[in-house]
Amino acid sequence: MSERLVTFSDVSRFYGEVLGINRVNLAIPPGITSLVGPNGSGKTTLMNLMAGLIRPTRGEIRVLGISPGSPERLCQVLGYCAQFDAFPRGLTGYQFVYSFLRIRGLTEEECRKRTAAALQTVNLTDAAQRSVAAYSKGMRQRIKLAQAIAHDPQVVVLDEPLNGLDPMARAETIELLRAWGEEGRHVIVSSHILHEVDRISDQVILLSQGYVVAEGQIQGVRSEVKDQPMQILVRCDQPGKLASRLFQQDHVVEAKIHPDGKSILLRTTDADRFYLLLNRVVLDSGLEVESVAPADDDVNSVYQYLIGGEGGAV
Amino acid sequence: MSLALRQIRGVIRLELKKTFFARRGWWVYLLALAPIALTLFHSLVAARFQGYGRRGHAISGDTLLFAVLFQTYFLHLGIYFGCAGLFSNLFRTEMLEKTLHYYFLSPIRREWLVIGKYVSGLLVAGTLFAGSVSLSMYFVGRHQGAAWSAFLLDGPGLVQLAKYVMIALLAAIGYGAIFLIAGLYTRNPMIPAAAVWVWENLNPFLPSFLKKLSIIFYIKGLCPVSLPASAPTPISLLVVETDPISGHYAVPGLLLVGAAILVYGAYSARQAEISYGE
Repeated sequence: MSERLVTFSDVSRFYGEVLGINRVNLAIPPGITSLVGPNGSGKTTLMNLMAGLIRPTRGEIRVLGISPGSPERLCQVLGYCAQFDAFPRGLTGYQFVYSFLRIRGLTEEECRKRTAAALQTVNLTDAAQRSVAAYSKGMRQRIKLAQAIAHDPQVVVLDEPLNGLDPMARAETIELLRAWGEEGRHVIVSSHILHEVDRISDQVILLSQGYVVAEGQIQGVRSEVKDQPMQILVRCDQPGKLASRLFQQDHVVEAKIHPDGKSILLRTTDADRFYLLLNRVVLDSGLEVESVAPADDDVNSVYQYLIGGEGGAV
Repeated sequence: MSLALRQIRGVIRLELKKTFFARRGWWVYLLALAPIALTLFHSLVAARFQGYGRRGHAISGDTLLFAVLFQTYFLHLGIYFGCAGLFSNLFRTEMLEKTLHYYFLSPIRREWLVIGKYVSGLLVAGTLFAGSVSLSMYFVGRHQGAAWSAFLLDGPGLVQLAKYVMIALLAAIGYGAIFLIAGLYTRNPMIPAAAVWVWENLNPFLPSFLKKLSIIFYIKGLCPVSLPASAPTPISLLVVETDPISGHYAVPGLLLVGAAILVYGAYSARQAEISYGE
């Protein structure tokens, strides 16, 4: 089973006396996993450890069963798009992708094919013969992505891959990540853009000050945050009637009727009891419910509850 | 071709693309070009003197002049600092420019990466300094006309030239290994370059067992033309070897020292992490 996971077993990393991450235990399954946390929370440290660019002070890491201490094996299955906006001098976009494929020991023909495919994937075929130094920030981000995926890795680690991308390129990249996730690859992404993380992630890992605060599917993580009442939005024909029934319940902390008069936002400490109550109200009073949806089981809300401060902005 | 060889070739290919004619290495090219310019100037001046009916010097004078140039300039300055510039930048520049991680994220053993970078440095240094030695030797006696051509092509000149080129390559092998390591460990390679330079130049004054821990000890005895004991004092200090080693030991000895340093470099690269000083 661990052959299909990226695992961290009691991993710590210190930079001198400064804590990078501490006592991290993770088992990351295939799909899209987002690392979320403020600056300095340990996201990049976690990614660098996974890619073998740094070694843990303590603990053990395995990427599909491979130790990052064997880069010659690890980098066959892993592609890492690091945050550094730097490139070897004097190379065109094509040469950049092609040259690092040659270092993998692939044949010329294979390198040519893969380079062309990677450039096409990130939509940079037209600019391939231009020097990377003349690329815009978004193009540099895309050429890094092309270089990271050109060898068709099973594990793709991307540090802030949406940074600097225009809305079109961002949408395309997100689609690409989704496709890889659906193919059963590990796509591990760090991002500050929480609403986009929310849209694409199969699971999230919330980090704060070097510790994993929460991990798992976002709804599961949200339900574990017991000290923050759950917010639920109910659209119905008689929100006032519903509110009057709800106020009699001890688990309902707050109920606000929306100005449009067609919905009610409530906060409850016990979502299960609320849903039972709602069923009863519908049966008893003939309330017509259009929709019921949690209003704060997104990454942004969970981030604010667990880590505090503003969530992500573009 | 085995995977390792293909990967090493890939590294060499990329390094040559980046290193050859790189703008930041202009002073290394200057170091290689300087003796060519000097010997060309010498040849032009000597030819002019001959044109005025004055007697020029003999071929032995030019070979001696070249021997002085080689043992003082090439060995102590040109090749030494040229290698410092080329080899210490192989890893250091990648760290400064934050591009080393691209190599470290390739599925190549770090040992092969070190060898690939080292060989690419050798190719550049070899081309520059073997070329510089050859052209300088050609120019130094060019004013002798047909006699110099005969000396180079039919006489002992060609063997001398081959020996000088071999010594230049051996020096690049030795110094290259040292500076590759220096580039892995230091942010400013000029500090180790200066320290090793002092050590190399102190060599004639060192006890016998310490002498063996330098590159100059192995290569000096291989020079085909010995300088006279009556050479001016600063030159004689640089060129006189009181305890020469035979070529049979010098070449394998130097290759061994180079290989040992390189093995240590490979080990260091294996342990290296990407931090870029952040």
